[in-house]
Amino acid sequence: MIEDIITKMQDDKTGGVPIRTVKSFLSKIPSVVTGTDVVQWLMKNLSIEDPVEAIHLGSLIAAQGYIFPISDHVLTMKDDGTFYRFQAPYFWPSNCWEPENTDYAIYLCKRTMQNKARLELADYEAENLARLQRAFARKWEFIFMQAEAQVKIDRKKDKTERKILDSQERAFWDVHRPVPGCVNTTEMDIRKCRRLKNPQKVKKSVYGVTEESQAQSPVHVLSQPIRKTTKEDIRKQITFLNTQIDRHCLKMSKVAESLIAYTEQYMEYDPLITPAEPSNPWISDDVALWDIEMSKEPSQQRVKRWGFSFDEILKDQVGRDQFLRFLESEFSSENLRFWLAVQDLKKQPLQDVAKRVEEIWQEFLAPGAPSAINLDSHSYEITSQNVKDGGRYTFEDAQEHIYKLMKSDSYARFLRSNAYQDLLLAKKKGKSLAGKRLTGLMQSS
Amino acid sequence: MATEALHENETLASLKSEAESLKGKLEEERAKLHDVELHQVAERVEALGQFVMKTRRTLKGHGNKVLCMDWCKDKRRIVSSSQDGKVIVWDSFTTNKEHAVTMPCTWVMACANAPSGCAIACGGLDNKCSVYPLTFDKNENMAAKKKSVAMHTNYLSACSFTNSDMQILTASGDGTCALWDVESGQLLQSFHGHGADVLCLDLAPSETGNTFVSGGCDKKAMVWDMRSGQCVQAFETHESDINSVRYYPSGDAFASGSDDATCRLYDLRADREVAIYSKESIIFGASSVDFSLSGRLLFAGYNDYTINVWDVLKGSRVSILFGHENRVSTLRVSPDGTAFCSGSWDHTLRVWA
Repeated sequence: MIEDIITKMQDDKTGGVPIRTVKSFLSKIPSVVTGTDVVQWLMKNLSIEDPVEAIHLGSLIAAQGYIFPISDHVLTMKDDGTFYRFQAPYFWPSNCWEPENTDYAIYLCKRTMQNKARLELADYEAENLARLQRAFARKWEFIFMQAEAQVKIDRKKDKTERKILDSQERAFWDVHRPVPGCVNTTEMDIRKCRRLKNPQKVKKSVYGVTEESQAQSPVHVLSQPIRKTTKEDIRKQITFLNTQIDRHCLKMSKVAESLIAYTEQYMEYDPLITPAEPSNPWISDDVALWDIEMSKEPSQQRVKRWGFSFDEILKDQVGRDQFLRFLESEFSSENLRFWLAVQDLKKQPLQDVAKRVEEIWQEFLAPGAPSAINLDSHSYEITSQNVKDGGRYTFEDAQEHIYKLMKSDSYARFLRSNAYQDLLLAKKKGKSLAGKRLTGLMQSS
Repeated sequence: MATEALHENETLASLKSEAESLKGKLEEERAKLHDVELHQVAERVEALGQFVMKTRRTLKGHGNKVLCMDWCKDKRRIVSSSQDGKVIVWDSFTTNKEHAVTMPCTWVMACANAPSGCAIACGGLDNKCSVYPLTFDKNENMAAKKKSVAMHTNYLSACSFTNSDMQILTASGDGTCALWDVESGQLLQSFHGHGADVLCLDLAPSETGNTFVSGGCDKKAMVWDMRSGQCVQAFETHESDINSVRYYPSGDAFASGSDDATCRLYDLRADREVAIYSKESIIFGASSVDFSLSGRLLFAGYNDYTINVWDVLKGSRVSILFGHENRVSTLRVSPDGTAFCSGSWDHTLRVWA
């Protein structure tokens, strides 16, 4: 994607950035563009409204090595008259360069051989050179000779061409050996390394130096042998596709309505959209909001949420407790307790599962169970069969039945109950009226 | 006998063409239900106001790229892992480091907090997922109590506890996902189907559900039944690796972030992609996505160092957040939705609100 943009930028037939030669003192600066031109081009061609965004993108394109400031090692983009030059495609990152330190040594060495002010080493480069001289002490003669050879080749080139090539070469090294403190954009996400474009997996030299031991790049981890698609794979795919074709799906209009309705219902609970009361702890540095949520006294807003769906009340500890108390008043708490027990079963370590299955069976389903739940005969049949194998999903069918029962029956009644309605209307500071009402109910029945 | 002969006659090519024609038929069927676009219906929804989100906390302490992070249920503690093998547990509200452990491998790409808050899980290039109980005893060496739970044949890219400390779900570069019993280390279920590395996963937010979604380098997002190990739905519209998947809070849809520089929304009931979040100026991959509590906002971290905030319903970008100085590699909204945290290759984590 970057390469498409960079190519377009240089194409003057389709409104690219104006590339020109600028006169300066005694010499000419060939083939440059200004930062402002680049930023303007990006804004116009990529529909960017904010120049800050365009500058950021420009800086990234520079940091990646596609365009560079001619007078700076640090690769950023400025929205002013600073001059930039486009990088030669030869040096583009997509060519999978991973230049060795020998190449870098040759480069720095040859820079010191050319007596030009513009080629003088920066402090960090001088330090790098010193370090490399120590590291390559034994083969320094070889490096020196390679550098000399490179200088000879360079001298044969046209003056203007050399200016351009020198700057492009410097920019290449600014990407691969960045100024200390700058991001090294050549760093890779190791998960993606296996599928790089470089099939040879061999490092190539910038200066055509063949090493005795052509090292295999450590970054190119041995890729897995690609598993060929078998007939079985395709058969499975066909089965899958047939299942999907038979699936009953909703129309987009219905789906859109559902997504909008859900989001609209919860927007008042979304602290990043509707400011939290009393405050968002991260913004105010005050944890009052969290303290309130920890207390057993639920806010009106929290109570209202229990009414959104059965899952909401099951998710909230305080809501569950209220619902349980209500069920106890109706002498049907075994349903919720069964549901909770099965949830708990699924959280057990494997070795404890069989025991828990037995316990749940005895408590809720066995003949004469103390908290007998009401299952239809079909479901009961399935469950008693499952119990024989005692696994985590033994009670799935039964749990689903009980869930549906609670949702359509008890939950609906709870929402209409005085207990819930009082909580919904109760003032935040007042004592919970619900507690008193519930006990009143139990005493009278 | 007759059926055997029939199978023999089915060449790979004929099976492939059957599969292709079924894909075409499926696309036809789905297209019939595509009567409107989400953003069109959402035109009637009130536009969001101006967004002012800032970095409220910066967590410094990792010595190398931060690769992964996860919130604790207590809404303030965070576990994060990095390229240099360090895993740190922070109280991000005070920015204090509470625990630190050094893994025996580099590139710890996955880390997760246990629901109880008493343990963490992590792994990466060691191909394993290990669980460390968190102890407040200063004399106790965290690494000593380490338990190896999952074993894959390639790097661990993601891990997540189910709603219990006792089970862990993992995703790996070996192309599979797996469910493990923490106590015994036993494999409870494996999930095969991706054609390349699996990079991410997310558990459905239901109280009763048993499904999760995964995304991989095969450009597919797949929804799995945890009980049977079967893939129940698959989506293939991205043009490159899917780096991140996250369920919409109702569980009816999920979002994905990809190297193709887009984020997309897939609805499970429509069995289709229903929105795409992209801009001409966004040309770097999205590494990590998460929804705000209501599902109205989608936060996405990118390889261009920025975080883009999307209006999920309208499909437009609400805000762009600058601050990180290198790729954003991980991003999660806090359990109560009051903030979100981003981790970056610039060695830091930031909490935004």
